Amino acid sequence: MAEEEKKEFWRWTETNWANKDIDWRKGKTITGGVDVGSVSSQAVIMVDGQLYASANTRTGYNSPQSAVNVMNWALEATDGMKLEDIKFTVGTGYGRVKVPFSNKAITEIACHARGANYMYGPSVRTVMDMGGQDLKAIRTDDKGKVLNFLMNEKCAAGTGRGMEVIADLLQVPIVEVGERSFDVDKEPPPVSTTCVLFAKAEMLGLLKKGYSVNQALAAYCSAMSYRVFTMIREVDVVEDFVITGGIAKNRGIVERLEGHLGLKSLKTEVDYQLAGAIGAALFGRVLYEKQK
Amino acid sequence: MITAGADVGSKTVKVVILKDGKIAGKGIAIAGLEAEGAWENAWADALKEAGISRNDINKTVATGARLKEVKGFDEEMSMVTADAMAMHKLNPEIKTVLDVGAEEGRAIKVDKDGKVSDFAVNEKCAAGAGAFMEAMSRAMQVSIEQFGEEALKSTANLPINAQCAVFAESEVVSLVHEETPRPDICKAVCDGVSDRLASMARRVVVEPKVAFVGGAAKGMGLRRSLKEALELTEVYFPDDIEFVAAYGCALKAAE
Repeated sequence: MAEEEKKEFWRWTETNWANKDIDWRKGKTITGGVDVGSVSSQAVIMVDGQLYASANTRTGYNSPQSAVNVMNWALEATDGMKLEDIKFTVGTGYGRVKVPFSNKAITEIACHARGANYMYGPSVRTVMDMGGQDLKAIRTDDKGKVLNFLMNEKCAAGTGRGMEVIADLLQVPIVEVGERSFDVDKEPPPVSTTCVLFAKAEMLGLLKKGYSVNQALAAYCSAMSYRVFTMIREVDVVEDFVITGGIAKNRGIVERLEGHLGLKSLKTEVDYQLAGAIGAALFGRVLYEKQK
Repeated sequence: MITAGADVGSKTVKVVILKDGKIAGKGIAIAGLEAEGAWENAWADALKEAGISRNDINKTVATGARLKEVKGFDEEMSMVTADAMAMHKLNPEIKTVLDVGAEEGRAIKVDKDGKVSDFAVNEKCAAGAGAFMEAMSRAMQVSIEQFGEEALKSTANLPINAQCAVFAESEVVSLVHEETPRPDICKAVCDGVSDRLASMARRVVVEPKVAFVGGAAKGMGLRRSLKEALELTEVYFPDDIEFVAAYGCALKAAE
């Protein structure tokens, strides 16, 4: 079908990984975390509270199947681990109640806070998660416990899905958006900060007027980062501040947002999209030990 | 006296020519990416119908979201005032006007003298505007004209959970994949837009009689859904429904 042959500019890299230095067979508690989001799904496997394996894929039409697929893919990266070897699995995210092999479902707010605490350390006080179809800002304590949060899930402006729409419109692979948005002589004024559909129409007009694709990208990144800024400042963003989710990989948004906030976000080697699944697996460990 | 009114909207440009209080010519053109060409075309059609030239016009008043893109008018006025003025002239019993444009929705309360007593506007979000329906009609590969007719065939009450046009598009695509009957999806979209418009309209307290105007109000599906959402028994639809604001401008120019 013509639809499928079309190049999918929004598509980001799907990955699986395992830490070969860990011998899971020596581990006492093996737990799993699955974060089934509206756009992407992640699975992690932790051995005694240490990140051992992970996978990150696109969520399909069927949430339960997406959960199974992503966990199987994480297992494939391991040294022969089977699903039965995982003692306790926690589901989180939009499709958390539909994870067929999970022992419990926990909200993504709690999981992201807990996961960020693991990924960046106990100094984290504000976690911003920019997901596929939502935006969350969470205030946490040194244990990764949620103190306060806010969430936008009503509007695509400020979400990964909005960015995908723009990548597709401009036919720029989504992983290049951030880099290319800085490849302009002067930062152009932002397009509509409130509606992706209006921004899209506006950008077509700008291109017609002679804007380069990179300038149009800059105008969108500028609009989106301002939009995110106006939303998250409601929770009094304090350091250490971290950004999780797919958009954390987009310099075009991250650096412009840091400019608005007047502070830098911490960086980590761990895939930013894994925060929710890591939090889920860590909760799994506590719950497993409790039930023993 | 000959006057003209123009409405440079986000999607179309409308021009109305008034000769001694009567409409002598009308023109409408799709603005696309640039409003200027459409402005010229709409003028040409209106002048041709009126059988006059641009120099015969004593005064031109203009309004619209993309007004700054064009030149050649004497005065500007707000869309809200233009709508109120036009509707009061067309039907003095109208107390509430709902104008549904391509990228905006407006609810206007008109007093007994045709003055605006209150209004609410949404111009920040495609939910509750014509652009929402257009995006869904594209996703479903149904023309916007056909969209309303399809909706009228359905009596189902299928909810579209997403308010956002981007999210709603994924939802509509899922419904298509699930082989939901097409009329039911079209009606669900009309209902969704109407709910947004209705909640905006309630901010100004909807009082009969009510008029629906604007390009998107041409759609029969949206008309039905909006009437139901506002629990109205009677709604007034003026002729030349998308020219109302331009007509208001022409009236103002004649004052």
